Amino acid sequence: MIRQLFQYKGGVKLPEHKQQSTRLPIQKAALPQRLTLPLQQHIGTPSTPIVEVGDSVLKGQMIAKAASLISAPVHAPTSGRVIEIGEYAIPHPSGLKAPCIVIETDGNDAWCDHRKPVGDCHDYSPDQIRDYIRNAGVVGLGGAGFPSFLKLTLGNDRVVETLILNGAECEPYITCDDILMRERPLEIIKGLMIMKHALVAKNCVIGIEDNKPEAAAALRGAIKELAVEVEVIEVPTRYPTGGEKQLIKILTGKEIPPKALPIEKRVVVHNVGTAAAVYRAICLGEPLISRITTVTGALKKPANYEIPFGISAAELLAQAGVEESSVERIIHGGPMMGFSLNSVEIPLIKTSNCLLVTDKKTVPLLDKQQAHACIRCGSCADVCPINLLPQQLYWHSRAKDFDKVQDYNLFDCIECGCCDYVCPSQIPLVQYFRFAKTSIWQAEQEKKQAELAKERHQFRQLRIEREKAEKKARHKAKAAKVAANNSENSDKKQAIEDAMARVKAKKQQAAEASPEKPESGGNT
Amino acid sequence: MLTAIIILTLLATVFGLILGYAAIRFKVEGDPIVDQIDNVLPQTQCGQCSYPGCRPYAEAIASGEANINQCPPGGEATMLALADLLGVDPQPLGTEHEAEPEATVAFIIEDTCIGCTLCIQACPVDAILGAAKQMHTVIESECTGCELCIPPCPVDCIVMQPVKQTAQNWKWPYPIHTLEARK
Repeated sequence: MIRQLFQYKGGVKLPEHKQQSTRLPIQKAALPQRLTLPLQQHIGTPSTPIVEVGDSVLKGQMIAKAASLISAPVHAPTSGRVIEIGEYAIPHPSGLKAPCIVIETDGNDAWCDHRKPVGDCHDYSPDQIRDYIRNAGVVGLGGAGFPSFLKLTLGNDRVVETLILNGAECEPYITCDDILMRERPLEIIKGLMIMKHALVAKNCVIGIEDNKPEAAAALRGAIKELAVEVEVIEVPTRYPTGGEKQLIKILTGKEIPPKALPIEKRVVVHNVGTAAAVYRAICLGEPLISRITTVTGALKKPANYEIPFGISAAELLAQAGVEESSVERIIHGGPMMGFSLNSVEIPLIKTSNCLLVTDKKTVPLLDKQQAHACIRCGSCADVCPINLLPQQLYWHSRAKDFDKVQDYNLFDCIECGCCDYVCPSQIPLVQYFRFAKTSIWQAEQEKKQAELAKERHQFRQLRIEREKAEKKARHKAKAAKVAANNSENSDKKQAIEDAMARVKAKKQQAAEASPEKPESGGNT
Repeated sequence: MLTAIIILTLLATVFGLILGYAAIRFKVEGDPIVDQIDNVLPQTQCGQCSYPGCRPYAEAIASGEANINQCPPGGEATMLALADLLGVDPQPLGTEHEAEPEATVAFIIEDTCIGCTLCIQACPVDAILGAAKQMHTVIESECTGCELCIPPCPVDCIVMQPVKQTAQNWKWPYPIHTLEARK
């Protein structure tokens, strides 16, 4: 059966630069002396450390547990000793520091003993499989790092028609998925079968851009070997085909509405790397402790490295033979959606798919030196794969008119950078959109803070009122008591007075009986 | 003639009854505009507007007694939101508040604190924890940065510190690039 492919609107054709890093097979990065593991390597809540400084840890041992539903645990990539839990710079565009667990490796690379390989996943219920995947800390390896078990949970109508594996890898320079598909197709297909079981999916499709024929052939070979029903489909090479919604559109023709999840349209998309990680978690009992990262650009031997998480970018670059003097900058991620690193002293994490080295000769795709005024040519709107109006978004973001910018659906922007790439005026459009997005988030945060402050202030006011009322009541009670005391005293006084009066009366009576006596006394 | 008078009288009675009923049934407690203004204000309760808290300021704005540009923590954004809400022209902020105010929180230097509880009494949101002759501390997540605790402190042990930037609350900078005409 020949599947009919669809086309999404927009997108651009980019120079690929992919051959250079696929010449060599996957290289194993040497274990460094220190591994710095950020507690947040995924989307969601940072995980909570469950080890202390000084603890010995074994390879695959959980060192931080998931803090909430949308969170993922972190495991030790090798054996060693925890030497610090502190703040270190993380791979983030801000270059800020975040809590990390630092492990000093001992070189033994000894596995922890509670590995529980699951033989046949069909012996387990989908819920158990999800639990395993969750505890193995598997997150989406395509770039965003969303905890995978959540995307293996069924939606409301509990039906998944198509499970799509995303092997498009559309961003230039990056080849980590390509090399994985070429070298470990069995892992991917086995992982896919586990995912299919967890989702009770009806059929599975793997979407690969047609510039990766070797990868497609390798996967087809694996499918034949395992005798499973999976379709490998080559899609036209175009950026950003690897976007979740774009790939769904191409393969199924379904459009996912804004703010909706693919599961609502009975489609689920996972990255090929995630499928391999799922296979390792379930069938080998290995949690997610390593990944494949492309090191490419201006260096002699660009290649893909299997890295333990927490290895520093500097260490990996040194192993790859990058001479620091020739480097202009290092980009974490691809040239379109990645960000420049302020320092190479940062650890590589679950979402680090590529390190792109640029020197003075290689010009990155998005190098905005000087922006000119917007000429309203509309090129950006033509290439926008989401059908947004980047020009309007730019206008309102620049004016900091955040209500208007949301009216133009800013939050549907996937920051793919197509508009940036085609802009003849070299306007850094995505930078404006990111600024607007984060500003809106901050404003929302402040709003929440203000609500809390208001509540607390009102409570304080209430408390002060209550205390005042209580004080008043206390005073009243005391006054009443004093008054009561007084009245008691007055009773006594009365009694004394009465007694005095009686005495007086008696005296008077006595005087009346013998009146002369006192009078005579008075006269003398 | 008579029919007309009767019909009109009847209509007037019916509508009068409906209106009377609606006035009782749909009576709005309090002043809704004050609530709306209060929701726009940053709730720092700092009193820099010369009113004792955000709600009194909201009441003053609603009664036309105060201007909309008296809230330094809210800055320009709050002023514009108020102008938008009330349908009045934006008013310039005082020169000293022109820049976007930096978010700060109070911090008690614990070595110096003598445990006098004066700051606790001053805090409008109960964000300071402590007891008499015990060291006090500020609950950072609840502090609004109003600085009301600073003047009462007899030993000047309270300092304002900028809110710590993390990857979660970090904001992309406004793109700065030179606009240049093509030659």
